[in-house]
Amino acid sequence: MYSASDLRKGLKVQIDGNPYIVIDFEFSKPGKGQALYRCKMRNMISGNQLVNTYRSNDKFEKADLEERKMQFLYNQDDEFHFMDTDNYEQLFLSREQIGDNINFLVDNMEVEVLFYDGKAIDVTIPTFVNLEVTRADPWAKGDTSGNDTKPVTVQTGYVLQVPPFVVEGDKIQIDTRTGQYVTRVKE
Amino acid sequence: MLDLGGLERRAEFFRLIRQFFTQRGFLEVDTPLRQPLYIPESTIEPIPADGQYLQSSPEICMKRVLAAGATRIFQICRCFRKGERGRYHLEEFQMLEWYHRGEDYRQLMVDCEELIGFLAERLTVSGLAGGGGVFAGVALHPPWPRLTVAEAFAEYSPVSLQRALAEELFDEVLVEHVEPRLGRGAPLFLYDYPLQLASLAREQAGKPGVAERFELYINGIELVNGFSELTDALEQRRRLTAEIATISSRGARQAAMPERFLADLARLDSAAGAALGVDRLFMLAMGYSTLSEAVSFSPADLV
Repeated sequence: MYSASDLRKGLKVQIDGNPYIVIDFEFSKPGKGQALYRCKMRNMISGNQLVNTYRSNDKFEKADLEERKMQFLYNQDDEFHFMDTDNYEQLFLSREQIGDNINFLVDNMEVEVLFYDGKAIDVTIPTFVNLEVTRADPWAKGDTSGNDTKPVTVQTGYVLQVPPFVVEGDKIQIDTRTGQYVTRVKE
Repeated sequence: MLDLGGLERRAEFFRLIRQFFTQRGFLEVDTPLRQPLYIPESTIEPIPADGQYLQSSPEICMKRVLAAGATRIFQICRCFRKGERGRYHLEEFQMLEWYHRGEDYRQLMVDCEELIGFLAERLTVSGLAGGGGVFAGVALHPPWPRLTVAEAFAEYSPVSLQRALAEELFDEVLVEHVEPRLGRGAPLFLYDYPLQLASLAREQAGKPGVAERFELYINGIELVNGFSELTDALEQRRRLTAEIATISSRGARQAAMPERFLADLARLDSAAGAALGVDRLFMLAMGYSTLSEAVSFSPADLV
């Protein structure tokens, strides 16, 4: 059990049978008054948000969450197949469960899959991934628009802005939190 | 962590507070931080220290100094309150407390106007505060607006003050609906609190159930708590007995009656005292947005 004083950004608790993550948190305490813990929380399955104010004596159940290291094997008919790297158990997730991670997911990538009550509810991919540029238009010399980036397409089909020196076949590092170019990598 | 310029501003800020009070004939006192007893208030949790407690406020000793004959005293000291961590809370913070014998809470409100006006003027002249500092956007010329708790609830609260008290929603409503509106554009005194929210304050003559207590707000942030001291030792014992019962019923800690405090209180005729959060005032004066930015080392700077 957690108490209200354990509440902080990122804490995962269970409310009415659903796992919630605290996304915003504010402590307040009027003079001579009681401590109040105002929390904005997101339902980790539905994505719905709620705002609640708790008092010191409120208690919370820990969300029954389990994180497992898994390796991405392949995608077939929008079934994304993964293998548990500890016990080799295989399972698949839907396109919806993968979400925006699809932009960065490549074969053999190691990810962390979050299970709630035995069901996969979230996939965490590495913060930085190296992907190959599969399409890059040459830099238009004399471009006077003032832009110092150009769009390229990487192997997953994701399109992003990169510096003009990046060419087809390059590997580039992308920050998966922002989806932005970090650097060109040599492998 | 404050940079060197910040440390210099902070040192000057403390120096000016001391100058303000000493120029007005207040005696600066220093009393122990660690004490065997704490004032039993059910909403404040002390931090234990080797069988004793770190003070949550210096008020026990300050009032005992008054009872011993002092007429005007002040102190700047560290106070500790367990579990109070947030944008405007630190478990360890600097408190300014000052007391007058023979005055009531109205004098303390005037003191607040003069103290903060003095600090703003001196910091402006010295140019130390820099851009965004010295209460930017706050009109400091006195008198500052005053609003009773009853008026504030009538104006801003979706439920009546009576209902908020009866359903134990006072704090929630205050934080959610009232406080954010207070002290915008100019500082504001919220005053005349329900008696049950002022366990050490005097009841107003002719207004049963109303305590002579105020809080000062600037930009929705509470800065000063002050009141006409309850000097009726029997009534004080009755109220502290109720607080001790509440604390004991929770089972987490013990509280004892501060007997020497009560004995000294019986020797005090009338007095008024205020407590001001110095880190918060410094934060507002300099335009910092969190308390952690306003202290020399925040808890995060220590790990």
